Amino acid sequence: MPDTIPDPKLLHDAIIIGGGVIGCAIARRLTLEGWHVVLVEKAPDLLDGASKGNSAILHTGFDAPPGSLEQKCVAEGYAEYLDIHQKLGLPLDRSGALVIAWSEAEEAALPALMDQARENGVDDVIPLTSAQTRKLEPELAQGVKASFRVPREYLIDPWSAPHAYVLQAALNGASVVRDCTVLGGSFDGGQWRLETTKGPVSGRVVINAAGLYGDKVDTLLLGRQDFQIRPRKGQFVVYDKPAATLTRHILLPVPSKVTKGIVVCRTIWGNLLVGPTAEEQESRDMAQLVPETLAALRQRGEEILPALAGHDITTLYAGLRPATEFKDYQIHARDGQNYVTVGGIRSTGLSSALGTARHVHRLCTNMLDRPALPAPDWPEVANLAEAQPRDWQTAGNGGIICHCERVTRRDIENALTGPLAVQSLAGLKRRTRVTMGRCQGNYCVAALARLTKGKLAHPMSEAPDD
Amino acid sequence: MTDARTLQADVIVVGGGPAGLSAATELRRLGVTSVAVLEREPTAGGIPRHCGHYPFGAREFKRVMKGPDYARRLVVAATGAGVSIHTGVTVTSIEPGPCLRLATPNGLTEARAKLVLLATGVRETSRAARLLGGTKPAGVMTTGTLQSMVYLEGLRPFKRPVILGTELVSFSAIMTCRHLGIRPAAMIEPGLRTTARWPSGLFPALLGVPLHLGTELMSINGRDVVGSVTVTDPAGSREIECDGVIVSGRFRPDRAVLHGSHLGTDSATGGPEVDQYGRCSDPAFFAAGNMLRAVETAGWSWNEGRLIARTMTQALEGALPEATTSRITLSGDALAYCVPQRLAASAPAMPLPGVQLRVNRAVKGKLVLRVNAEDQTPKSIDARPERRIILPYPDLPQDAQVEIRLEEST
Repeated sequence: MPDTIPDPKLLHDAIIIGGGVIGCAIARRLTLEGWHVVLVEKAPDLLDGASKGNSAILHTGFDAPPGSLEQKCVAEGYAEYLDIHQKLGLPLDRSGALVIAWSEAEEAALPALMDQARENGVDDVIPLTSAQTRKLEPELAQGVKASFRVPREYLIDPWSAPHAYVLQAALNGASVVRDCTVLGGSFDGGQWRLETTKGPVSGRVVINAAGLYGDKVDTLLLGRQDFQIRPRKGQFVVYDKPAATLTRHILLPVPSKVTKGIVVCRTIWGNLLVGPTAEEQESRDMAQLVPETLAALRQRGEEILPALAGHDITTLYAGLRPATEFKDYQIHARDGQNYVTVGGIRSTGLSSALGTARHVHRLCTNMLDRPALPAPDWPEVANLAEAQPRDWQTAGNGGIICHCERVTRRDIENALTGPLAVQSLAGLKRRTRVTMGRCQGNYCVAALARLTKGKLAHPMSEAPDD
Repeated sequence: MTDARTLQADVIVVGGGPAGLSAATELRRLGVTSVAVLEREPTAGGIPRHCGHYPFGAREFKRVMKGPDYARRLVVAATGAGVSIHTGVTVTSIEPGPCLRLATPNGLTEARAKLVLLATGVRETSRAARLLGGTKPAGVMTTGTLQSMVYLEGLRPFKRPVILGTELVSFSAIMTCRHLGIRPAAMIEPGLRTTARWPSGLFPALLGVPLHLGTELMSINGRDVVGSVTVTDPAGSREIECDGVIVSGRFRPDRAVLHGSHLGTDSATGGPEVDQYGRCSDPAFFAAGNMLRAVETAGWSWNEGRLIARTMTQALEGALPEATTSRITLSGDALAYCVPQRLAASAPAMPLPGVQLRVNRAVKGKLVLRVNAEDQTPKSIDARPERRIILPYPDLPQDAQVEIRLEEST
């Protein structure tokens, strides 16, 4: 069933534009604070823009610029994730990270980076010699000069987490309208009325969490923009599961001014990834995979972990970060207009989302103040992490449909029904892992086309006589 | 499986395709009391289940039939011989014992047997593993996926795809397209000639499908669905409009069951390492069919399963020579792989039909088998990568050092 605007006459407390990790977290926070919100998303499913491709790491923010808004939001978001993840059924892999210097110049930069970490409240970083580093990670290449360990950098599930956030919002009264593009809107001094592809929707406050389209939405609704989105592409190579035995830590390079650099780490699903690149581009919705760049990533991965050579590649992906001409987040409250722009959440959105949402709520309290929900419902989402029990291990699952990721018929049926039922194949993949494994759908796509018949916005296939 | 109790059998076969089913049938025919086949799909039969075209079965059933009929015949033959086939059962790990961990719709269980035969087959290389560029729209799939959609589900995923590759399976992709009125826009091959030497009688099927040799697929374009592909050839770069991409061929053994196991694998084939009796590094495990190497026909795999069933029967009787750990050494960079990778002492068994070799480029020359520093009679070859080379087994003592050397003629 396609989503609809609940009641065009209903005055919501807030309209959140954008169903990425930030919009989902804001929907949850405002709902818990007693607001009645509606979230609109232009894609058929949530997490379809910047949030669909990232490194899946929960950062401490140790390397963020001290005193920046980004650093504050990451620290607060990190703390809240640790606080709530078990209650929501979300996984946490306490991998830790190593920041590795491969040259003398990089080695010289380590003490300042450790000082910066301490200044950011990450006071448990530990300097390691070359020998100590290689003892922790025996598969590392020769040539490590030194490193430091950041024990509390962790791995999480980048799609189950925002899904749990928005699901909690929905279960506690929020509305979610997907496949709904904002076409325009006006503020009459007391309330906003937005025109969308699914009709008008009204609210006291508008929150622009439109990610890669943040500047466009500001221009559309405010007639001005205070920043310009400069999409920055990150390509990744994902290796098959046997490669995940090659490292325990997240292996980080010494960051440059532009990027955190190329990371090698496991994923919560038991793969190993190498990436991202940092490439500026014009397009906000097309992220091209470039074979030469991917080959270079692969080579870089093998330079860091030589045993990676010969491991099979499971998949490739390219994400787009909503970077701007500014280094820091662009979060601006327009008090007179009951409007908050939450823009420029480049690269750390997954880690900061819960903290960013708290920050946004604080900015909004003088626009509207409500008593917090006394006893909100807490949904538990299906676990997809490799290290914790999954549906295929329990009876009555209907059999495994996706063999590589061991996704059961019941997993798929659950994602296709209930609140926030998926509406696209991409959404189904993010919710269940189906087709995400080594065969990339070779064995299961046909069965999946049958199981999803009539349930997706774009059918996977058609009957020949359609 | 109807319940999740421990499964016990004399021999358990993992994979219900041509190799696994023929081995199971033969094991029963040779008097092995209990033989069970574990198949993770809802129906046994393997890849032929979704190859809705000829020719299958000439060797096995003395008549030519389509893949699905052939798959059914294999299942009927196995069940008729007293093989128990368990569908919907996934082997999640293999352990010494032999012990297999299983996932079923009713939960987790395990299986124990005297011997295990691994026959999990092959699959085509995915778009991702080929490092193909561009975006990731829907409508990019292997031939196997296309065939499952068309023949198992009656679905048509696109109307005008391009086909990447010119292997035998690529031809099969054209046949599958024609079945549902799909008209491929082009067939793209990076090489200067087709990979497979297609039987000339089948060429008319290409009519209407332009073949682009010496052409690389640079990128797949489109956000939600495929809109075009960008290709380059010596004349330059251009776009071909299409609504799908069939990524065909480049088969690889499906070796997921070996991940994290105690069995030795061969990086050259991607499959398990075996001796001429099909024995893995743990002699309680055997392997047969395309899991050993990509890729042979269903008929070849069927025959291989049958032959290895015979050596397994001898293993059950304790009649096989002791396993060896010494590997065949391949000398010559044009030699891609050999199967088996190890040679135990000769025995009066019916082993695999000689050492199977492939080259990775067109070569001419002599293949010399060397046993304990003594050259055997060389074999002249004029070989291409898609052609199988068979080198007859020499007589071998236990723990012989065996080398296969390619001497290229200039």
